[in-house]
Amino acid sequence: MDDDAPVIYGLEFQARALTPQVAETDAIRFLVGTQSLKFENQIHQIDFDDENNILNKNVFLHQPGEVWHVSASPADKAVLTTVYNKTSEQKAEMCGAVWRIPSEFDASANDAQDDASASAQALELLCHLDDGNHSNMVSTVWEPAGDGKKLISLTENNILMWDLDVSSSQAKLSSSATLEGKGNPKFTAGRWNPHHNCTQMATANDTTIRGWDVRTMQQVYCIDNAHGQLVRELDFNPNKQYYLVSCGDDCNVKFWDVRNSTEPVLTLSEHSHWVWSVRYNHFHDQLVLTSSSDSRVILHNMVSISSEPFGHLIDEDDDSEEDEENKKEKPREPEKDGVIGTYEEHEDSVYAAEWSTADPWLFASLSYDGRLVINRVPKAVKYKILL
Amino acid sequence: MAAAPESPPPPGEEDGRRRKRHGMLKLYYGLQVNAESGNKGPAATTDPCDINGAHFKPEVYLQRLMQEKSLNELMDKERDMVRQIRSLDSDMQTLVYENYNKFISATDTIRKMKNDFKKMEDEMDRLATNMESITEFSARISGTLQDRRQQITKLSGVHMLLKKLQFLFELPARLKKCIEMQAYGQAVRYYTKARTVLDQYQHMPSFHGIREDCSVIVAELCVKLREQFKNKESDAHQLAECVDLLLQLKEPADELCDEFLLHARHKVDEDLEMLRLQLQMLEAGQVPSPGDPGDGDKPHPMDVLEFTDTGCNVFLSDMCLVIASYKDLFINRPGTGVQEQAHLEKVANQKLEVFVNSLMGQYFSYVEQRVQLEKESSDNTLLVRALDRFHRRLQAVEKLLPETESTSSATHIVAKMAHDRVIHYSEALRRHFADCLTDVRQSLAASRSLSKQEGSNLGDLLQTTATSILDQLKTVLSDLRAFIESDITFAMQPYFREPFCVQDVREGLVVGFLKHMFTTCSEFCEGSGDKSSAPPPLILLLSRLCLDYDMTTISYLISLTDEQFLVEDKSAVTPLSELCNLAKDTAQKLLDHYVKVQGLTISQMLRKSVETRDWLNTIEPRNVRAVMKRVVEDVTAIDSQVGLLYEEGLRKAHSSDSSKRTFPYSSSRQNQRSQWSSYAPSSNMDTSLMSNIQKLFSERIEIFSAVDFSKVSVLTGIIKISLKTFLECVRLRTFARFGLQQIQVDCHYLQMYLWRFVSDENLVHTLLDEIVGSAIHRCLDPVTMEPSVIEVICDRG
Repeated sequence: MDDDAPVIYGLEFQARALTPQVAETDAIRFLVGTQSLKFENQIHQIDFDDENNILNKNVFLHQPGEVWHVSASPADKAVLTTVYNKTSEQKAEMCGAVWRIPSEFDASANDAQDDASASAQALELLCHLDDGNHSNMVSTVWEPAGDGKKLISLTENNILMWDLDVSSSQAKLSSSATLEGKGNPKFTAGRWNPHHNCTQMATANDTTIRGWDVRTMQQVYCIDNAHGQLVRELDFNPNKQYYLVSCGDDCNVKFWDVRNSTEPVLTLSEHSHWVWSVRYNHFHDQLVLTSSSDSRVILHNMVSISSEPFGHLIDEDDDSEEDEENKKEKPREPEKDGVIGTYEEHEDSVYAAEWSTADPWLFASLSYDGRLVINRVPKAVKYKILL
Repeated sequence: MAAAPESPPPPGEEDGRRRKRHGMLKLYYGLQVNAESGNKGPAATTDPCDINGAHFKPEVYLQRLMQEKSLNELMDKERDMVRQIRSLDSDMQTLVYENYNKFISATDTIRKMKNDFKKMEDEMDRLATNMESITEFSARISGTLQDRRQQITKLSGVHMLLKKLQFLFELPARLKKCIEMQAYGQAVRYYTKARTVLDQYQHMPSFHGIREDCSVIVAELCVKLREQFKNKESDAHQLAECVDLLLQLKEPADELCDEFLLHARHKVDEDLEMLRLQLQMLEAGQVPSPGDPGDGDKPHPMDVLEFTDTGCNVFLSDMCLVIASYKDLFINRPGTGVQEQAHLEKVANQKLEVFVNSLMGQYFSYVEQRVQLEKESSDNTLLVRALDRFHRRLQAVEKLLPETESTSSATHIVAKMAHDRVIHYSEALRRHFADCLTDVRQSLAASRSLSKQEGSNLGDLLQTTATSILDQLKTVLSDLRAFIESDITFAMQPYFREPFCVQDVREGLVVGFLKHMFTTCSEFCEGSGDKSSAPPPLILLLSRLCLDYDMTTISYLISLTDEQFLVEDKSAVTPLSELCNLAKDTAQKLLDHYVKVQGLTISQMLRKSVETRDWLNTIEPRNVRAVMKRVVEDVTAIDSQVGLLYEEGLRKAHSSDSSKRTFPYSSSRQNQRSQWSSYAPSSNMDTSLMSNIQKLFSERIEIFSAVDFSKVSVLTGIIKISLKTFLECVRLRTFARFGLQQIQVDCHYLQMYLWRFVSDENLVHTLLDEIVGSAIHRCLDPVTMEPSVIEVICDRG
């Protein structure tokens, strides 16, 4: 079987929420949350068997409402948070909660597969992220590489930092910040910066990107008019501490150096509609994944502003004689930025695309019609980066 | 002797005799017998019976005769032979006699000669003796005269010497007198004559005295001459005389050169000073006023033509005069020694060169400064005329002194000026373009504030702008034409003409301006999204302008330029196609930007309307929401705006029912939709399947994609962007039943009005269906409204 062929998985419901299971480093595993107003919503745990090219799924019920956002704990595989829509006749409310995947599942993972959909287990509620004072929740982020005890939730105009206790059964609001400004600004996205000891995070509201110090909950920097229109998503470069990428409704993806934020370092405009998500590869930060409501997922190669602008340094001894000769004949040219691939398997807007945390060459994308597609970085690119 | 006179031989028989005689003679001389006989043929030579032949054998002959002839014949023959013998004998006798006679006369002659010679010998002897005596006499005479002659020679020598001495003694007085009479030339002539003698005999006291006196006088003379030399009033001829005299007086030539040049410099410096004053005045801001030249002594500021004119007339003519007289004085001097002359010439030339170069340099710098002041002048022809005069007049200097590179530096100045003018003009063009843009902006703003229908004059505005820009360009080109008019001297110089035409005018001005224009236009697209300040109609107008440039104006402009400026070598110039492509790209970029901006404006309205409403708690729809009406209004306005500048464009074939607005088509859709909604509660799988199948058959819609240059395409682009935004916003909300129904109403309303603007009405239908479909999905209680009710509401709205 062709290794580069995409693997497609169809969900029965529409879906927006996708996350890799961050604490899982061996198996390629993604969590998908569904959106349905009429039926019981589900969290699908998708296992991808790389060798056999087979997808295994486990379905857990998420009873309180449709899932708008999901994120997995960096420490405990079984723990995740969701942002969900609690609807009644009169109002719809966005709430957040911490959940645990039922523990007995792990043992019987493969056996339970067949009847999983029929008698799906419900997720185990650990605690609500709610102190009753704050409005609709937008997303949650765990402290990157943390011990799974700290997480931040964004409501429409607040940043709330929560401390979880050991069993994660209680969440205590430790600090918060409020976004102020005219016209009632609302957060659209937030990411926690993995550098600087995890003391910073960045948020987006309307066309502005703001940086926050999570210790003091003070704004530290602000990029006004980062995009022509709404900023949809952000991500931090995992290897370069001041680099940040953003995307938005102006169809552009912009790379920023937060030390000098008057102009973006680079702007990509490959998409023909709003860009909903952007993700750096966790290891090779030249690989940047974007997804858009033009139903496309694009994998970019941003070598020039990555941490390895000249490619991987080669150990001469490892190469055979032949290779060395080849190398002498044509010295390695510096690689150029560009699009590695455009993935058009989706038929509807792609609201989320994520890299696997277990396999750096693999990524999943989720379109609104419930189609999850798993793709790999083309081998040629992979070898070029590795060799 | 053998050739004795001969009577003409009787024909026939005489022939034989003569031959025989000859034969004998030949025998005697041993000559050519064989050759002769060879000519006669073999028969004549070898025949032994030939009586005349050399091989004649009498026995053979006789025998044959005896055998062949009869007796009678023999008798005849004998008789004949006897006769022949007889005649031969007489011939012989005659010959011998003749010869003898001749011998006799010769002997007589010789004897006579002997006598004569003896007489002559005597005469000669006598002559010799006479000569001897003559010689003797003359020797005696010269001997006696010798003494006298020597005395005479001596006396005449003494006389000469005395004369010279007298001259010498009189010299100081004469010199004085000459100087008094101001006959300097005479004085110098006298002095030069005497100088060598005086120098030679200066050890003798008397000569020494004279020499001293002379020296004093001559020194005085020198002083006088130099005075005259230095006198400003003295004219060139006088000067020349002075220099000539001074040179004869062995004054050092290079000093004289220097002095001469110094003197000349005063005069020329005055001219330069005047030019400098002019410059100062101009720099001080005085305006040239050619109208009142007669304003007393006070110098008035001159315009550039007058300036160069004065420069040429005063400075250059003085310069030429100086060079010419200098050359006459120092370089082309007749007479003096070759070596000395060569040396003098070299030194003098060097000095002259330095002198001329420094002054010309000064002059050039003034002219350049002056001309630079005209860089932004409006009167181009005046400037060109001035430059031409400047350049033309320099030819004279160049002719006089080819060593100086005045022409090349002059051409350099001219070329620089031309270049500066081109830059000035391109700046003016750019300014004009910017002004045009401002004008357009202003009139757009004015029309907007005055009346709502802003577009009505958009076409006119485009026309005015295009014409204004083109006219300006043409004016500039015709102005610059002045630089290469045929009567301008420097225009024909290839090293001026080619860079000027190709580099400056075509590339720098025309191509540069076009590129600037496109860049400026493109910059309007750079502004991020809705923050860009350029009003959309301006962008639309510029887009059309660029498109027009692509299609006609550029090729017209370039061919006009090439024609007017005779650009022939097309290898080094920007090709037409590149410019056209640039124009087209710019037009495309602008139009895309226009679509984006307008699409975003409408998107923004739709988004706000969806985001700010509480869809869970709306009342049953009674009306189309006002924002939808506003959207349709705006789209209509955009449509009319674009229609003013762009053609209609191609539409996909209308479905036959489109004329009847929406009913039949949308009713079928409605049916489908109601089927949908009946599916919806039963199974979510089916709906997603439905929409997926539907999508399989519809093409992927590119939202922000490039549009064609047509109204329909532009409008399609705008509507696509707006509806996609609507869709995405709906998906982010949760609806109650009435919320869904409101969306249904809104979509139907949009469908009723938007199809007419787009190239493919199915596109609108697909997008609107998707919106309603998404709303159904996002609805807690998906009960759709009756199509008929929707229609009633929409018709009422």
